[in-house]
Amino acid sequence: MNYVPKMNRRAFVVGSAAFGGGLALGLDIPLGPQDASAQAATPELGVWVVVKPDDTVVIRIARSEMGQGTITGLAQLVAEELECDWSKVTYEYPTPGQNVARKRVWQSYSTGGSRGIRESHEYVRQGGASARMMLLQAAANEWKVPVEQCKAEKSIITGPGNRKTTFGKVAAAASKLPVPEKPKLKDPKDWKIAGKPIKRFGIEAKVTGKQVYGFDMKLPGMLNAAIKESPVFGGKVKSFDAAKVSGMKGVKKVLQVGDTAVAVVADTWWQANTALQALPIVWDEGANGKVSSATIAETLKAGLDAEQAFVGNQNGDIKAALADAAKKVEAVYAYPYQNHVCMEPMNATARYTADKCEVWVPTQDGEASFAAVLAASGLPAEKCEVYKLDLGGGFGRRGAFQDYVHQAVRIAKEMPGTPIKLLWSREEDMAQGRYHPVMQCKLVGAFDKDNNLTGLHMRLSGQSILASVRPAIVEQQKGRDPLSFQGVADAGEHAFGYTIPNLLIDHAMRNPHVPPGFWRGVNINQNAIFLECFMDELALAAGQDALAFRRKLLGKHPRNLAVLNAVAEKIGWGKPAPQGVHRGLAHMKAFNAYVAAAAEVSVTGNKIKVHRIVAATDPTYAVNPSQIDRQVAGSFVYGLSALFYQECTVKDGRIVEQNFNSYNSMRIAQMPKVESIIMPSGGDGPWGGVGEPTICVAAPAVLNAYAAATGKRIRSFPLKNHNLEMA
Amino acid sequence: MARLNINGKNVNVDVDPNTPLLWAIRENVGLTGTKYGCGIAQCGACTVHVDGVATRSCSLPVSAAVGKKITTIEGLAQSGKLHKVQQAWIANEVPQCGYCQSGMIMAVAELLKKKPKPTDADIDREITNICRCGTFQQVRAAIHAAANGGTGRQS
Repeated sequence: MNYVPKMNRRAFVVGSAAFGGGLALGLDIPLGPQDASAQAATPELGVWVVVKPDDTVVIRIARSEMGQGTITGLAQLVAEELECDWSKVTYEYPTPGQNVARKRVWQSYSTGGSRGIRESHEYVRQGGASARMMLLQAAANEWKVPVEQCKAEKSIITGPGNRKTTFGKVAAAASKLPVPEKPKLKDPKDWKIAGKPIKRFGIEAKVTGKQVYGFDMKLPGMLNAAIKESPVFGGKVKSFDAAKVSGMKGVKKVLQVGDTAVAVVADTWWQANTALQALPIVWDEGANGKVSSATIAETLKAGLDAEQAFVGNQNGDIKAALADAAKKVEAVYAYPYQNHVCMEPMNATARYTADKCEVWVPTQDGEASFAAVLAASGLPAEKCEVYKLDLGGGFGRRGAFQDYVHQAVRIAKEMPGTPIKLLWSREEDMAQGRYHPVMQCKLVGAFDKDNNLTGLHMRLSGQSILASVRPAIVEQQKGRDPLSFQGVADAGEHAFGYTIPNLLIDHAMRNPHVPPGFWRGVNINQNAIFLECFMDELALAAGQDALAFRRKLLGKHPRNLAVLNAVAEKIGWGKPAPQGVHRGLAHMKAFNAYVAAAAEVSVTGNKIKVHRIVAATDPTYAVNPSQIDRQVAGSFVYGLSALFYQECTVKDGRIVEQNFNSYNSMRIAQMPKVESIIMPSGGDGPWGGVGEPTICVAAPAVLNAYAAATGKRIRSFPLKNHNLEMA
Repeated sequence: MARLNINGKNVNVDVDPNTPLLWAIRENVGLTGTKYGCGIAQCGACTVHVDGVATRSCSLPVSAAVGKKITTIEGLAQSGKLHKVQQAWIANEVPQCGYCQSGMIMAVAELLKKKPKPTDADIDREITNICRCGTFQQVRAAIHAAANGGTGRQS
């Protein structure tokens, strides 16, 4: 985090190491005149823990829950150090407004880049440890004994002479003590709560219909809004005929939202959306109305051989290696636009008055939502607040992008005092995505006469996310987008694992008008397909086994090698597969975790059956193996749905696919058996993420198995475009 | 005005008769456990029971539901006891984000009524709900657990 004081006003810029080095996320929130040292009403033990007189332990969680289990994992880490009784633990979200008022004591709220746990484990564990020390000190003070003679276990404190008390009894006194800084943390081998497959919070509410998602918000006097934004990105509203629908049942208001959208407000959302669909709107499409998938593909294709490209990873002399090669292998791959398709479409509920603007929103980043409320309302920070709700899916759509919050506030501002719940239809959600970027890739490999791989050139051509979303970072890097090289970077959390004497990985940036976004896994998805499929192509050309070929190049990266070996061994690589079944492998380092997959598939006509997947993950530490197991299994649903079915086609400047009937997603019938191997290697290095890394190995493992089965190499996606189906 | 019977209670809803049952349940009756996911009967998040049949309520007009017994996720538990499918879902920690699970559970509850011991092939054919988090592995385990009378955790 960077605290950046400014002349005349206090402000901060939210920073994050998410993309490998303190990149500013561009939120500029003026702090205003409020008292930055304001304290919460409840007596707290540091900022992460509140213990109530009845021994209830409330753990504060800054990150968001969207199904990945982060709140449970973070609470386990705090509880571990606190030495509390897990059965007494509950949690709460401090609001983004409180975080701003208290100078960001809870640090980052951003829940993307698989960083929920890996980037906050240290300070939340310290929070738990400090609270324990305060409780022990309070007991020691009361008993007038040295604190060293007191011990905490399961929320009970014991001291010399059979003295005994509970956390709840000393919490009030403890809250008045100073908060110890940088307390010593436990050795993970002594963990009793963290590292265990503890049941996650909130399951019961999710099986009884009681869980309140953003879609389910109810406020007294609330009205509902439906919205349509220019389907051509960059287009504007030219005109609309409100009179045609303003008399329809329930309709309260028809209004333009900014330059680009029109909304209808009604008693119910069904009424609002029915009127919106009947509303004649004329759009000014601008120049983008002529763009199509074909024109975009042409633009990217030209980049494959362009002179200028940004270098992401380089060693040796690739030109010489290619010139001297005894044999060269070349292939071109292409990856499409894709939508996140969260089950719960985008939404936000806003209430605006001149004195206060409040928003209820399922968000992956409460502070980004807060910044959107400030910008859209025009009110100062002390008059704004955001209440976070659990998400019906996030996958990267609900973090950096807060367009729906802007919209809800703008509508609410036109109807002061009336709460407005803005819901997107599925069609709006499909049309207004922040899409997985398009990318093509040309790979050329060079072999010497003994079939040793002497060189690799990987030329990416396609869209940069950061150029659109965080242009300041790209500017700082003189036009380069460092995120484009996820999984193939020269160092860091997305480092390339293979050692090749002559290497060049570069990116010709080509940015179509379709807005790109962070799509679960982000750029590792296409980079893993390009690299790991091509590795199989190279092995084939060299007449070598795909595993043996990789092993030779991974000698300097033991953790990469370890996950690859683990899946190979468990799937039975090198041993006969069942009749008609073929195998494929892939691996990658992503978000500081090491992941690998081995797939078993069979092919009948145009039907591919994925029978079994073995997946290994080394996230350094495993905070909740049961939740990791679920993230790994789910990753194959996300990754293989994308591989087989999903493409957002561009026609006349807009996205063609509008719903699940043209943008499909896997069902249970297609689900392979997933066997996960969780192999945390420990140590003092950075922790790895879990929510995203595994997705990227799903597609290449299956594609390599398909190639093994048929001899055919597929290089463009999704597979439905090749008339291939998932059986 | 349409008279609906939801979870054993009669309620009058003031809606256009073409309004999908889903939105009448959510907005007029106020039961929000049943979810909107697509509006075109593709994803199954809106599944309720209509006279005992698992039905995608986003594509059924209110007029077609009059006079029928509608059960939503809120009405699945009987006399304060969770349905065996709900119990198995808890034991197996099925939900991730949870948004699709009301519909998934309603679809499975009907399957188990028709086929108390479904095979994997039965499950593949009958359960076609979309889950973007990808809970299918746990869904399958929990279905078998519920069918076998236990709720034991499978993984």
